[in-house]
Amino acid sequence: MAYSDKVIDHYEHPRNVGALDKDDGAVGTGLVGAPACGDVMKLQIKVSAEGIIEDAKFKTFGCGSAIASSSLVTEWVKGKTLDEAAAIKNTDIAQELALPPVKIHCSVLAEDAIKAAIADYKKKSGKDEAAE
Amino acid sequence: MTAIGAKPCPTLARRPGTPVYLDYQATTPCDPRVVEAMLPWFTEKFGNPHSRNHAYGWEAEEAVEKAREQVAAIIGADAKEVIFTSGATESNNLALKGVAHFYKDKRNHIVTVVTEHKCVLDTCRHLEQEGFTVTYLPVKSDGLVDLAELEAAITDQTVIVSVMAVNNEIGVIQPIAEIGALCRKKGAFFHTDCAQAVGKIPLDVNAMNIDLMSISGHKIYGPKGVGALYVRRRPRVRLVPLITGGGQERGMRSGTLSTPLCVGIGEACALAQAEMASEAERLKSLRDRLLGGLKQRLPEIYVNGDLDHRVPGNLNISFAFVEGEGLMMGVKELAVSSGSACTSASLEPSYVLRALGLDAEMAHTSLRFGLGRFTTEEDITFAIDHIVEAVEHLRSMSPLWDMHLEGVDIKSIQWAEH
Repeated sequence: MAYSDKVIDHYEHPRNVGALDKDDGAVGTGLVGAPACGDVMKLQIKVSAEGIIEDAKFKTFGCGSAIASSSLVTEWVKGKTLDEAAAIKNTDIAQELALPPVKIHCSVLAEDAIKAAIADYKKKSGKDEAAE
Repeated sequence: MTAIGAKPCPTLARRPGTPVYLDYQATTPCDPRVVEAMLPWFTEKFGNPHSRNHAYGWEAEEAVEKAREQVAAIIGADAKEVIFTSGATESNNLALKGVAHFYKDKRNHIVTVVTEHKCVLDTCRHLEQEGFTVTYLPVKSDGLVDLAELEAAITDQTVIVSVMAVNNEIGVIQPIAEIGALCRKKGAFFHTDCAQAVGKIPLDVNAMNIDLMSISGHKIYGPKGVGALYVRRRPRVRLVPLITGGGQERGMRSGTLSTPLCVGIGEACALAQAEMASEAERLKSLRDRLLGGLKQRLPEIYVNGDLDHRVPGNLNISFAFVEGEGLMMGVKELAVSSGSACTSASLEPSYVLRALGLDAEMAHTSLRFGLGRFTTEEDITFAIDHIVEAVEHLRSMSPLWDMHLEGVDIKSIQWAEH
């Protein structure tokens, strides 16, 4: 299968690989996918007091398209509000990376990862508020 | 005529910009000696081997018959028992459908194995649709058939048992002689797909009680588009042909033979036979070097399938916590193959690896390395460095590798299967 130039670029030069402190209250962690299915994405966001995503990191087990999808969304979510980030659609990711139909699930997974990271952050910060 | 083995094995230089070829189970390049033998039969010696009236036909027929003898010789058969086909897929189709159809009024049961090549499994599916009953035997975790299970599966209704000699994905060698003896004892025909076995391991149709054997040209440094089927004459195996017409190939496969292709597979067999022992030793040492080099530098890698009962040119390894297709993209300087779902349209990981009882997650992390006649020590050294670098890089970005390092059991996590 031939990959698009953008997939190859993200695969060879992945943006924002790494981890944030998952115990930090400002960090939301999303872990989606399953090893048995051949892809697992971990996406972490760090949210400022103003509600802006100021940092994002990922680690991914998967094919080139899965790695590229997660790398791309770390670029996209940075600087966005949580609502703006939650509005990113898998179709936008698939279109940007020119994913073939058989790889659409990679972009779906990346969208799920954003939503899971936001949900984790909200859960944690909600808990913090309740504790105050 | 040149004596076999008189010409030294040539080398094939890699074209600039192309990856190192380590996919010899997929196909092989034509040996330049094979091509040389084929060439005159395209141009000046173009006759129809079935033309009985003139010298063009006679010389072509002579060439085809010599090729038939060369194919027969490598499997210990008589030349009269070898028919030429378009490849191993056709041979497998003809063996199974041909025998099943001929004997359908007497017997209607077929035994095969879950790790067979798709063309055997799919042919069996078609026969099931026609009303035949098929038993698909499982394999043990080493990839080998359990002989007791096989014996139990063969009934007085079993017309044919089909078990491949060497598996295309994991290279394991089935106990063909024992299976042949069992089939003979039970009165069922024994067919074996030897596309991956011919020229790699010694085969003898009589010593091994083989009734039908499929052979491929392009897996043994011969041309694509030609294969052969061995069909035993004593005791006689009868077939209903798939292709009817002029009655060539003893009526079992009509159509004008391609003289150059027949010459090509014949020459390929002759070369493979002459060089089999030394080549096996050379490939074994290259494979040991590859495996040793990888094991020394990478933890958590696992060989799939039995390592001892395996052709020397095959290695199938799972690189835990790294997905196979992602890894193939990382080793783009190597031409290899993966058991990962992502390389197939089905999104299911390799059915052969799953049949060994391998978890889906481990099947997703596998690569197949196929070494062959033109693989060099330099290729292997290069491959080791390249693979180690790619695996380390991908593990550094794998969340599963992090979990492994933290001592988290990945199986303990509640994954949302998608």
